[in-house]
Amino acid sequence: MRKINSLNTTIIRKVLMALTGLFLCFFLIIHLAGNLQLLLPHEIAQTQYNAYSHILSGNFIIKLVSYVLYVSILAHALLALVLTIVNWRAGGSKYAVDKRRQVSGWITRNMGILGSLIFVFLIVHLADFWYVYKFGHPPMDAAGNKDLYTIVVEVYKEPLYVVGYVIAMIVLGFHLWHGFQSAFRTLGLYNFKYHKWVKYFGFFFSIVMTVGFAIIPIILYFRFAGG
Amino acid sequence: MKVTLKVWRQKDAQSKGAFETYPMDNVNEDSSFLEMLDMLNESLTVQGKMPVEFDSDCREGICGQCGMVINGRANGHLEGTTTCQLHMRSFKDGETIYIEPFRASAFPVIRDLKVDRESLDRIIIAGGFISSHTGSAPEANSIPIGHATAESAFDSAACIGCGSCVATCKNSSASLFTAAKITHLAKLPQGQVEARKRALNMVKQMDIEGFGACTNTEACEVECPQNISVMNIARMNWEFHKAIL
Ligand code: HEM
Ligand code: FES
Repeated sequence: MRKINSLNTTIIRKVLMALTGLFLCFFLIIHLAGNLQLLLPHEIAQTQYNAYSHILSGNFIIKLVSYVLYVSILAHALLALVLTIVNWRAGGSKYAVDKRRQVSGWITRNMGILGSLIFVFLIVHLADFWYVYKFGHPPMDAAGNKDLYTIVVEVYKEPLYVVGYVIAMIVLGFHLWHGFQSAFRTLGLYNFKYHKWVKYFGFFFSIVMTVGFAIIPIILYFRFAGG
Repeated sequence: MKVTLKVWRQKDAQSKGAFETYPMDNVNEDSSFLEMLDMLNESLTVQGKMPVEFDSDCREGICGQCGMVINGRANGHLEGTTTCQLHMRSFKDGETIYIEPFRASAFPVIRDLKVDRESLDRIIIAGGFISSHTGSAPEANSIPIGHATAESAFDSAACIGCGSCVATCKNSSASLFTAAKITHLAKLPQGQVEARKRALNMVKQMDIEGFGACTNTEACEVECPQNISVMNIARMNWEFHKAIL
């Protein structure tokens, strides 16, 4: 009989997905709070946002957190791939007539697809801002900080990009809606009485993240694209 | 009533299966689904053909032996029922009914609609029991158990091991089954002694048998004939984490 280690079980891999997923959720809050500064009046926003970005990229703790973040994203996506393969193998032959979708939600069945879309978005997103900021030749602002603000504003003058960004945020919202409460159950943190509040909070959290991130490019577009 | 059956016929796990069509006249609306299949088998036998193999025992929804996928749903389109508790009045006159076996790598087809669910038995063997001396039954009240606890443990214990949860799960996960067994014993004082070993071994066995991982789609709870709650799965995860730490 095949032997396996308790630490190499499907449940442990799901725990890692849940922990990395929740860490990403936590990061999203900080990320959103920081980026809402983009919506301040033009002059204040430019100096403040660039100064904020400068402080972040210089800070040791933030650097550490950013490495945890890179690892989390990669681990989460890799574990998702392993999960998909294991589950696909467990399936055996296909049902000739399959109506099983009637008994579960679309989102719960398509976390992998939603996640893959997020992954594609992340690549584009990082290439446009993070890469340019770190390794490109960004313009400088009056205070001598790299002018990330202007880079962002320029990118969101492109309507197609704004639409793509908003769609990506809706996809993220769907992923979080199921993912947030799913993570709590994967961790075994449940309670018959309180689980519904975890669900409500997850739904609320997803909406706030989607709306919060999506309004930034929309507002910037209408503020700057015209002139 | 009249129905057309499309029944999955497969000689053994190695062969490729296919649907065979059997028109059925004069089906009594009040007959159960399995009685209707009995009728089919009688006529096949008279014609000298191999009857359709399927499992059943109690035919009252308590043994967990029956189970097939009917029109794409585990045990038919009704929620929370076994196949034996499904009646022909739930179908329309003239309807075409597709009948397939439960499909999962861990449930190889034995023949036709009959699958091998010993993988579930092996999960039980891995830890779904308490060790105690045999002999005369102990005094029932020597270990006091509160009513609410007893009821809640019974809700988990109600699992009949039919495998519908696996059949309906897009990941072919046996989490609801395994969780119900682990949780049932985790809620009772008698289960505490071996709780750690039980959680570890049953979860590992679930993986060894090749069942998939739970992604909380909750399809299992909908189709479970005993309405076992998916919260049992969260409890299993908790018991497993406790056991590892
Ligand atoms: C900001 C980005 C992301 C966040 C905040 C996030 C969050 C989460 C959370 C909290 C879970 C629930 C974990 C559990 O139930 O154990 C989850 C599950 C999952 N995620 Fe992500 N995720 C993100 C990106 C991704 C990416 C890039 C992929 C794929 C490449 C992905 C694929 C999946 C899959 C397949 C699941 C499993 C679904 C399930 O178990 O129900 N996610 N995610
Ligand atoms: S035959 Fe016993 S549950 Fe259906």
